[in-house]
This record gives sequence, C-alpha cells and structure tokens, in this order.
Amino acid sequence: MPVIWIIVAVLAIAGAGYILGRQRALARAGGDRRELHSLPSYYGSNVALKVAVPSFLLLIAWMIVQPFVVENAVSGMIPQSEIDEGSSLGLVMAEVRRAATGLENAVAQGVITEDFARNARADITDITQRLKDAGQIVTSDITQTILHAAQRYRLLSATGDMMMAIAVLLVALAGALWGLRESVPLFRARNAVERVMRAILVAAASVAILTTLGIVLSLIFNTIEFFRLYPAWDFFTGTNWAPSFSGRGGSSELGVLPLLWGTFYISLIALLVAVPIGLFSAIYLSEYASKHVRSIAKPMIEVLAGIPTIVYGLFALLTVGPLLLAVFGKEGLGWMQAGTAVMTAGLVMGVMLIPFVSSLSDDIINSVPQALRDGSFGLGATKSETIRQVVLPAALPGIVGAILLAASRAIGETMIVVLGAGAAARLSLNPFEAMTTVTAKIVSQLTGDADFASPEALVAFALGMTLFVITLGLNVLALYIVRKYREQYE
Amino acid sequence: MDQKDIKFRCHGVQVYYGDTHAIKDVDVDIEDKTVTAFIGPSGCGKSTFLRCLNRMNDTIASCRVEGDIRLDDEDIYHRDVDPVQLRAKVGMVFQKPNPFPKSIYDNVAYGPKIHGLAKNKAGLDEIVEKSLRRAALWDEVKDRLDTPGTGLSGGQQQRLCIARAVATEPEVLLMDEPCSALDPIATAQVEELIDELKQRFSVVIVTHSMQQAARVSQKTAFFHLGNLVEYDDTNSIFTNPQDPRTESYITGRIG
Ligand SMILES: Nc1ncnc2c1ncn2[C@@H]1O[C@H](COP(=O)(O)OP(=O)(O)OP(=O)(O)O)[C@@H](O)[C@H]1O
Ligand SMILES: [Mg+2]
Repeated sequence: MPVIWIIVAVLAIAGAGYILGRQRALARAGGDRRELHSLPSYYGSNVALKVAVPSFLLLIAWMIVQPFVVENAVSGMIPQSEIDEGSSLGLVMAEVRRAATGLENAVAQGVITEDFARNARADITDITQRLKDAGQIVTSDITQTILHAAQRYRLLSATGDMMMAIAVLLVALAGALWGLRESVPLFRARNAVERVMRAILVAAASVAILTTLGIVLSLIFNTIEFFRLYPAWDFFTGTNWAPSFSGRGGSSELGVLPLLWGTFYISLIALLVAVPIGLFSAIYLSEYASKHVRSIAKPMIEVLAGIPTIVYGLFALLTVGPLLLAVFGKEGLGWMQAGTAVMTAGLVMGVMLIPFVSSLSDDIINSVPQALRDGSFGLGATKSETIRQVVLPAALPGIVGAILLAASRAIGETMIVVLGAGAAARLSLNPFEAMTTVTAKIVSQLTGDADFASPEALVAFALGMTLFVITLGLNVLALYIVRKYREQYE
Repeated sequence: MDQKDIKFRCHGVQVYYGDTHAIKDVDVDIEDKTVTAFIGPSGCGKSTFLRCLNRMNDTIASCRVEGDIRLDDEDIYHRDVDPVQLRAKVGMVFQKPNPFPKSIYDNVAYGPKIHGLAKNKAGLDEIVEKSLRRAALWDEVKDRLDTPGTGLSGGQQQRLCIARAVATEPEVLLMDEPCSALDPIATAQVEELIDELKQRFSVVIVTHSMQQAARVSQKTAFFHLGNLVEYDDTNSIFTNPQDPRTESYITGRIG
C-alpha cells in the first residue's frame, strides 16, 4: 500500500472520529450542549487529534528507520570477497538498491512477472538484459550475490511496508477508540485540545531550533576534522592563502588572514557607502518628506532590497568595474589594473545595503515619540536642531543595531564579491586591487574537484565556522543594543 | 482692575482637524502679566487653542488654523513670521511630561544652549540651577544632575519640563495641565511659581481643577464643544457666571 493511501486512510479515520466523537458526546449529554464541559466540536477534535497525531508520528518514524534495518540485514549477505579493489561496501549496497528498484519498476511495468523477479536461480545475463530493456538503469553487470541481495532487499522492504501500513492503521483505530471513550460530558475536551495544540506548536519551534543546532554541529565536526589535518595556529595566523590544486598535495598554505582582511575591507567600503546614504534618506523620509513623497519613495528604496544579489554582481562586473577602470585605470590615474577590485565590490555592496539601513533606521526614527519633538519645537528649536539633538540621540542605539545588522549582511555576501572583487587572496591596503573574501573562497574550495576529506575542502567548514562566529557576534550585539533601546520608552 | 496691555489678540479663530471643526470662531484677548486659565470639559478644545498660540499645531499635518492671532500686534500666522522664533518667545509645558532622553542638566540647558542665552559654562550652570529652583525640583535632583531625566518620577518629570520651559525666558508661558501628575505639595509649589512668573510675563494655564483656576488666575475662559462660552475676570466667572453652561460646569453638573 503506497504511503499516500495510508495517509488518506488515517485522515478518513480522523474525520469519522471527529463526527462520531461529537455525536457521542452530545448523545451522552442528552442532546443538551449546556451539559457538556466543552463545545461539541472540541470532543470531535479531540478524537481526530488522537487518531492523526500518533499515527503520523509512527509513520514518519517508521519510514526513517526501515531503510536502515533493511540495509543492515541485507549487507550481511555480501561477503568481503565480493567487494572489488578500490570499492566499498557502500558502493556495492548502492548497486543492490539500484537493482532492487529496477526489479520493482520492471514488475510494475509488466515486463517481468513477480515470480520471475523472485526467482533465485534466474539467469543473471537474462535478468540484466530484461532490466535494461525495461529502461532501468543498471550500471555494471549484476552478479549472483547482488541479485540475491537485491531480491532479499525487495522482499524485506515489501514486508516492512506492509507491516507499517498495518501498524499505522491499528494505531489510528486505537486512537479513535481512546478518543471516543473519552467523549463523555464531564471530559475536559477543550483543555485536551489545548494541550495537543501547544505540543504541535512546540514541535514546530523545535524543528527550527534543531535544524540550527544540526547545522552548527556539522560545521563544528568538520572544523575539528580540518584542524586535525591542518594546524589551527597556521590557519588563524597565516598571511598566505595558497591551496594546492591537486587536492592531495599537502603543501597548501591556508591562512585565513588575507580572506578576513578582504571581507573586512569590502564590508567597510560598503558600510561607508550605505550608512550615510541610508541614514540621511531615512531622516529625509521620516522627518521632512510629505506623506505623498514618502508613499512613493519608501517602496522604491525597498525595491533595492528585493533585487537578487547576482544581479548586483552583474552590475558590478559590467557597469561599475569598467566605469571605475576608466577613471582609475591605465587611461586615468593608473591605480587600477582590472575592473574587479575591492572598490567595485564595496560600492555595489553599499548600494545593496542602503535599503537595510534606511528602512530599519526609518522605523526606529519613527518610533521616537512625537512628544519629544514637540517638546523641542516648543522650546524654539529648529527642525534640524531637533533632529540632531533629540531625535537622533534617542534613536542612536537602534540605528547602531541597524548598522550592525547591515554589517553582518555585508560579511556574508558572496555573489557580488565573486563577480566584483576578483579571486585573489591578498593582504593589501590599495582598494583598487582585486581581493577576495571568506565566503567567495568557501564556494571555490567546495566547487573544485578536491577530495572531500582533504584539508583543501574541509577548510571551507573552518571558514564557515569563523564567519558564523563573527556574524553571530554582530547579531547578538545588535539585538542587545536594539532591545536595550526599546526599554527606554516602555 | 486697572487696564493691562494686551499680549495676545485673537479674533475669529477656527481650527479644523481634517473635517473635525475643533475650535469655532473664538475671540479672546490675553493680557500681559496676567494668569489666564482655560477651563472646560475634556475634548472641548483647550489644548488645541493653546497650541494655536505658539503654532505647535503646525506639526500636525491634518490641522488647519484660520482667523487672526496677534502677539504684540503682530500676526503670528503671517508668512514672514518664523515659528521657531515665535516658540522661543512663547514657551510651552505639555499635558504629558516629555523629558528628553538626556541628563537632567542637559534637559534644562537645552533651550539656553540653542538660543545662546549663557555666555559660558558658569552662566549655564546658573541658569540651570535657577530654573530647577523655580520649578521646585532643585533639592530633589541637585545631586544627580547627570542622571537621565527619563528616570525621574512622573511628577518630577513634569517639573523638569517646567524648568526646561522657564530656562529659555519666554515672554508667554503656555501650560497644559501642568499639575495633573503632581501631588498637593508640588502643585502648591508650581502655583507659587506661576504667581511669581506673572510678575514678568503672561501665563496661560489649562486646568481641570476649579480650585486651581480660582487660586492662580485673574482671567478665566470657559470652553465648551469648541466654543468660547464665557471669558471674564476669574472672580466674576466663579461668583456670577453669565451663561447657564458655565454655571453648570463650575458647579459640577456638566463635564
Ligand atoms: N491630532 C488630532 N487629530 C484629530 N483630532 C484631534 C487631534 N487633537 C485633538 N483632536 C480633537 O479636537 C478636539 C479638541 O481636543 P483637545 O485636545 O484640544 O481637547 P482638550 O480640551 O485639551 O481635552 P482634555 O481636557 O482632555 O485635554 C477633540 O474632539 C479631539 O478629538
Ligand atoms: Mg488637553
């Protein structure tokens, strides 16, 4: 029975449970809903939830666990001798799974019969040929062992699926009975439903948290793995970034400092562009602009935030780079060698960050109470005096928070750097030279064909971890400042 | 009573908030060196009218003021008049205390600094101390002038706002229910201050307390639903009201 049918069946039982639970509660109360502790629909919902929640949980758990169990049972059938030189049990098992799926599909298409698929003494070449005819992918020729394993795999999976269907439906029915028995007037169905709802919400929140935890843990483990292969001291203090391309050379120099410097330098230029422009436009929009101008200008600035960063990257590569080159390049001042440079990426990234700074600052400036402005105007202060001496100081912590958030965006940005800043890791003060950042190098280390267990690839995790710690720190700081600021007016 | 100079001459003042007609055709002359009280039920337009006198209504986009308001015979709504200059002359204490999120000292020094009233730090210190003393706050805060003004109690904050307004040496002081958050002792101190202020400039005070109006003011204006119902010497208003609405209000029957 396919999973979709199991789901439909459980839902049907839940639906029936809802109706029956409702009816039973009402009937027990003699048709008078005032005799019931809760509204009749709560009794119905109670039954439906008791059907659906445990059976779906079981279904999910079963589907996760079953492949491991089957795999374990089958892999025992493969003798060490079957595993070729340079291959591994994992690869052979992949072959087994492929063969099993092939058989399954071929049977479904009617190319071979069920009996033929189960025939342990079937001719191997024949079966391979038939599978190929049926359009199933079979990479190498199937050996006797693999065929047996595949047949066993199919059998176990089928039994498992059957057992799963039965178990899930039994649980669903048991839930229905349990819920129905509870459907008596004195039962506090409303509270029971409330508890289940809370559990569901908690579960949803846990998924988000656990995922974050999972990501962090995978970063940490791979980072530790990297530091086993490459000394941490050299990583954090190395001033040279020169991974060897063979991926097995062991002669790579993987110093993070040039990358951090590139990240820092580009972010700095971006913030130097974004903070004044964003802040001033926020002040204009919230303090000076008429309602009409504001209603047009604010969405237009926010459109900037919706542009995919790859488009900014193209803009950097095709427009800003050549433009800068014309002024600072060989024809002009002669400071710039090529269009890709820290300046190019920094300027474009700055444009990208303007809406972040401006729309957050705008909100913060707007949340400064009008009474403060009135107080200042009432003392005969001008608009700009009021803004400089009352509004901005009051909004300052929030604005700092906004800038820190923008900074963590800048640090994490990749596409603009890849296209605008070049790929050379370099420690230099000249903003017209090509440099690169941590994020861009993570991409290039993982997209090469280096072995995943080599330090050249694993370094990506250490880089990611470094970046994560930095942006986490910035975010925590920003949140702390923003929160502190909120308390002032409450 | 001897005839005093007229500070504010208001004629045919209308105020609209969008379509709401909040002040309807009000004529009133506010005398110099006098305390004038505005009384009337909540929502009748006392604050609105008060805010016309220093053009604070300019900051509300939907608000429109019509009619003629003259300060020392100069039309304050004339296009040549700088509202900023006007507000330096006509100070205001708001209904709700609104200290700046700055230190107590900087709150009081704000106006004097903007208008350059002090020659040096010592002069500024002196203004701050004098203003805080007049607002009856000095003894409570003299040891913590550099702590934030927002950290004071509600009543202290209101007195800080009064000190802040007094520090700029305005010619007219508009006070919108300055004592609504104050205890009787602080109220008495503020009333004393008002009495002292009237030696030098005119004070307009909005109040919900009949006793306070009777105690501190020489002139009283009674507003009702946007109309100025009656405006006369405080004595006459409280002893011999001409309009039945005034009588009902001061005896507590409407409001
Ligand atoms: N910003 C505004 N926008 C629109 N209408 C307003 C605004 N401020 C006041 N009003 C309206 O104008 C009228 C007068 O309000 P105002 O604040 O002057 O009353 P008030 O006499 O000061 O009342 P209270 O004694 O409660 O302070 C009210 O009907 C009020 O709803
Ligand atoms: Mg008011």
